[in-house]
Amino acid sequence: MTKFSSTLKFAALSAALLLGACTHKQEAVNTAPPPAAPPPPAAAPVQAGILPGSAQDFKVNVGDTVHFALNQYNIEENDKGTLSKQAAWLTRYPSVRLTVEGHADERGTREYNLALGARRANAVKEFLVAQGVAAGRLETVSYGKERPICTESGEDCWSQNRRGVSVITGGAAS
Amino acid sequence: MRKLLLVCALFLAAALAPLPAAAALSVDVTQGNAQPLPIAIPDMISADPAQATMGANIASVVRADLTRSGLFRSIDPKAFVERITNINVAPTFQSWRAINAQGLVAGQVTLQPDGRLRVDFRLWDVYGESQMLGQQFFTQPENWRRVAHLVSDAIYERVTGEKGYFDTRIVFVSESGPATKRVKRLAVMDEDGANPIFLTRGDYMVLTPRFNPTAQMIAYMSYIATKPHIYLFDLETGRQEELGNFPNMTFSPRFSPDGNRVALVLENGGNSDVYVMDLRSRAVMRLTTDPAIDSAPSFSPDGRQITFESDRGGSKQIYVMNADGSNQRRISFGAGENGTPVWSPRGDLIAFTKQLGSHFTIGVMRPDGSGERMLTNAYHDEGPTWAPNGRVLMFTREASNNRGSQIWSIDVTGRNEQRVMTPGDASDPAWSPLIQ
Repeated sequence: MTKFSSTLKFAALSAALLLGACTHKQEAVNTAPPPAAPPPPAAAPVQAGILPGSAQDFKVNVGDTVHFALNQYNIEENDKGTLSKQAAWLTRYPSVRLTVEGHADERGTREYNLALGARRANAVKEFLVAQGVAAGRLETVSYGKERPICTESGEDCWSQNRRGVSVITGGAAS
Repeated sequence: MRKLLLVCALFLAAALAPLPAAAALSVDVTQGNAQPLPIAIPDMISADPAQATMGANIASVVRADLTRSGLFRSIDPKAFVERITNINVAPTFQSWRAINAQGLVAGQVTLQPDGRLRVDFRLWDVYGESQMLGQQFFTQPENWRRVAHLVSDAIYERVTGEKGYFDTRIVFVSESGPATKRVKRLAVMDEDGANPIFLTRGDYMVLTPRFNPTAQMIAYMSYIATKPHIYLFDLETGRQEELGNFPNMTFSPRFSPDGNRVALVLENGGNSDVYVMDLRSRAVMRLTTDPAIDSAPSFSPDGRQITFESDRGGSKQIYVMNADGSNQRRISFGAGENGTPVWSPRGDLIAFTKQLGSHFTIGVMRPDGSGERMLTNAYHDEGPTWAPNGRVLMFTREASNNRGSQIWSIDVTGRNEQRVMTPGDASDPAWSPLIQ
């Protein structure tokens, strides 16, 4: 429950940032009601200012990242919800193609981590395919340990860096 | 002469097994404080004053080469008593003994009428009062650094009985920018860090470059296309081509000792296995089929075996197999996890990266897994590469918290750890063979 609300908060913040970016002079506009959007085709949790079916919609309202345990590549229980949402969203927007990036933390050799990243990206892809997404829409790429998002040497950062990220590469609304 | 040779023979013995006889020359290798050989290398002389700078520059590079090896101590030229005026006559040995020089290198540079540079040098045994070596090289003046390295190699070989490694190059990855968006460019430089050249611009990431046996070709991994693949870079022509036509990621290339094959890793459906490709026929043979990760292959110098890393036993460990994939067996049983095995050009050792928690160090073991010895001790040392004579290793040293990486070298004895100077941060060094 706490996780859900923090996700919502993050989504609202992102929406506010987006609006802010578009309207520099209206800092107080955040509290104003968003312009009415046409009702979405399905009952998806849509945040104001985010175009349904867009890459932003996917990232903010669905979630693009799952995490892995050290040296592991199995999908964690608490990430299955995110991937099921990804699959549902991809089913709703059938023209979207995406690449799953597999990443590792720094505790492995370069050559091992490239292989481990490939395993993680493939695990995400297989989960999505099992949920009905056509395999041809999904690419995988491993970045090994070459693209950390957190740079401290400690479990806090390492756990963030061991990740699979679904990146939309085409077919999304914009 | 005997004395000079003997000291160096003991250095070699140190690398193999400590000998009690070392005490006779007061070089106690078992204590890890072997004394480098004092050698005097005056600026090379020239009849033409215009070439004096050239002579000084060449001597300076030779001094730096031999000092960097850890086996020699270059005596400060300011201490010299005698000034060399003619390299064709024997020096006054007494005046070189006075400054404790055991070896003396006297050289001369001459600009030939055809524009070529002629470099003559002699190596004298100061205590044996005899000439150990006399050679001459001809080259274009712009190649003066190479001549200096050739002189260093000749001295190193004459004194140690081992081939030198100064006339070699290093291919590496030059790094810049923040850790989260690191820019990684393919680059080559001389073994001493001179003449760095960037081969890619940094608009896509490159990893794990390796030389072929003629040092003309580099195999490396590039993210230039949607899928990362292995590419070949021809240093002579500048031409790059993708190695093979694989739908999935290929990485971790390594040439066979004859240069005709490349061992590589191909990922398929998330599983990584070791393959070998024949460069002429482009035929590909799969060597491992285990559902675990198999990566980082490296040929034995006779080309008959391949060492690689695998987590098939539950943790990352080092394995050896025949070059056709048969007889796969684990060889690393020491503490922690072990990877990136690289076979020494001498065949006697496999260098590797040991991982203990978040701590990475460089070690060596025999090809049967015995005799494990750790050489370095820092936060994160990874990816060893051998000098062509199998006596020195380079590797990547990364600071914690992603504060950057550098290239370092260390002798296989575990002594003489030094930073290799690079333009900016650097990683993934691979040593070339001796340039032909």
